[in-house]
Amino acid sequence: MYRYDEFDATFVRERTEQFRYQVERRLKGELNEDQFKPFRLMNGLYLQLHAYMLRVAVPYGTLSAPQMRMLAHIARKYDRGYGHFTTRQNIQYNWPKLKDVPDILAELATVEMHAIQTSGNCIRNVTADHFAGAAAEEIEDPRPVAEIVRQWSSLHPEFTFLPRKFKVAVSGGPQDRAALRFHDLAIEIVKNDAGRVGYRILVGGGMGRTPYIGYVIGDFVEKPDLLSFLEAVLRVYNENGRRDNIYKARIKILAHALGESEMRERVLREFSEIKRSGTLQVPEAERARIAAYFAPPAFETLPDTVLPKDGALGQWVTSNVHKHRAPGYALATISLKPIGGVPGDISHEQLDGVAELMDDFGYEEIRASHEQNLVLPHVKQSDLPAVFARLQALGLATPNAGLISDIICCPGLDYCDLANARSIPIAQKLAERFADLDRQHNIGEFKLKISGCINACGHHHAGHIGILGVDKKGVEFYQLQLGGSAAEDASIGDIMGPGFGEHEIVDAVERVVDLYVKLRQPGERFLDTYRRIGMEPFKNIAYQEQLHAAH
Amino acid sequence: MPLIKDGQLADDIYTAVDDAAPLPEGPVIVSLKRLRAEREALLGRNQKLGVKLTSEESPESIGSDLDRLSLVVLEFPKFRDGRPFSWARILRTRLKFEGEVRASGDFLYDQIAFLVRVGCDSFVLPPALTPELFQRALGEMSLVYQPAADGKKIIRDLRA
Repeated sequence: MYRYDEFDATFVRERTEQFRYQVERRLKGELNEDQFKPFRLMNGLYLQLHAYMLRVAVPYGTLSAPQMRMLAHIARKYDRGYGHFTTRQNIQYNWPKLKDVPDILAELATVEMHAIQTSGNCIRNVTADHFAGAAAEEIEDPRPVAEIVRQWSSLHPEFTFLPRKFKVAVSGGPQDRAALRFHDLAIEIVKNDAGRVGYRILVGGGMGRTPYIGYVIGDFVEKPDLLSFLEAVLRVYNENGRRDNIYKARIKILAHALGESEMRERVLREFSEIKRSGTLQVPEAERARIAAYFAPPAFETLPDTVLPKDGALGQWVTSNVHKHRAPGYALATISLKPIGGVPGDISHEQLDGVAELMDDFGYEEIRASHEQNLVLPHVKQSDLPAVFARLQALGLATPNAGLISDIICCPGLDYCDLANARSIPIAQKLAERFADLDRQHNIGEFKLKISGCINACGHHHAGHIGILGVDKKGVEFYQLQLGGSAAEDASIGDIMGPGFGEHEIVDAVERVVDLYVKLRQPGERFLDTYRRIGMEPFKNIAYQEQLHAAH
Repeated sequence: MPLIKDGQLADDIYTAVDDAAPLPEGPVIVSLKRLRAEREALLGRNQKLGVKLTSEESPESIGSDLDRLSLVVLEFPKFRDGRPFSWARILRTRLKFEGEVRASGDFLYDQIAFLVRVGCDSFVLPPALTPELFQRALGEMSLVYQPAADGKKIIRDLRA
């Protein structure tokens, strides 16, 4: 993985000291909360319902064992013993004290971590496919690209006060595990007809109250031109993005108001000028230098083995183990979705335990996924039983990756200042309802996503079933959306109709899922059945009980 | 309000003039609207001339008269409005403007170093900023990752 040299280290250290000075001024009363806000946001610090929340950057979701240990240490020393992995591959702490934050950042810096640009109207921490460097169909590892973008965007002097936040995701191939089409800007590594590798650039995707699927704005951007192209997109956005209405300020609104051809023309005009000046070109030597950090481990020559199918181990292998590009190896998902737990939460003991597992099995790195799980990227198939046993002991062996209880969920009204409704208790009840593993496997691949407000941090627009919490005169209601997808077949879910009460929503979801099981054709996921038969049958069944009650 | 120019406290030789007010002697700053309306008279004064752009106005809208200006003032209506960063960059990098580029209005301590990087060389300090804080802001971050209008060597080139 990427290692800081003296320059990266100095950069983060100076940034920490800069923030320490701002916190001192705030604590002395020289800055009021309004004046302090932009500083703290640029360093990932939010003021939430009950306390400050610190969001620590995990660039492209990759972590080392020492970094996991540091995250455990911070949870123990400065928080209430746990952290929360987010849908942007970052980790959040919910209870830090303001006076401690500079020290937390200084401790993070010792393991090459920071909280820079995890908040604020700037280019946010860059995300990438969590199977990077291990997926069979990948063209190239997306992380070197993400690292180049990370460096370029760090304290970018021109693009740090954009109309609104700007999120970038990178994928190394056609299979989209990074929700590219829902990002402000996305980079897909592609190969052209001549066999040359370059980038397809998408722009204008997003969720929130106005969801959009991004469109292609650069069909094939040559490798050295990447940053010139990105700078062009950002300048067009900074100049033209709306600043009169916070809800219309994302680039998705501009990109879809201008339309593809006008947006393209403006970007290309900037791009040709920036490219001509030459200063932003990324030379081959620099790309190679960064790519070298992400070289895969030396895989042993191993045969593929027959994976265990029986018992608890077999269940875990079936759902949580995925095909690796190297024979004899596997990817393993560590689910952070125990039945009845809080999706994405992890305790300090578990963070330490995973670090120890990494050391004992010689794993240099682990990934945080946007689905709020962890992924061990390079597990020897023969080690799977031993890894599983360790995860069991840590309470991290829930065999539900990709199944209906593997729910993406925002913190909701239990923590978040913006939320209208609680989302965690709904996720917990749904997971409990579908806890039976045979039933989950029978239902098959399922993306259930829950947001506690219209900002859509729980990605409800992209769920096969999405749930949106709303507030109606002080009462929480939950709207259903069906048919969304964040993958390469991206779509925005359709809204079913009026919301369900807190005590109705789980039954409604269950009726919808049961109807799918009844109506599906062989091999169909819920998403496929929905696309084939449409909303009507699901709507009728979902509201059925309510109709009975009304008559 | 104190003016910082080229890193030092400086006297402001310009007088900012409202659109309707008569022109005083000496260098003045006018709006883009007034420059367009009274172009001949303003350019014919044989005095230094500055134009103040709102954050809505791109310096490209000045057109070829930019060559006749010695100062462009970029107004921050709110610190959150980051367009002046791009205007400064365009002035320096695309339009090759060599006169003074001045930041004015509601900008923050944290933005000073960024403003210098995109090409501002003078600053009307808002009430919360002192010359001491201005100096401090410039010294906080010694390294940069990306090229801008200041020609500062980037980390990639320092590595080489």
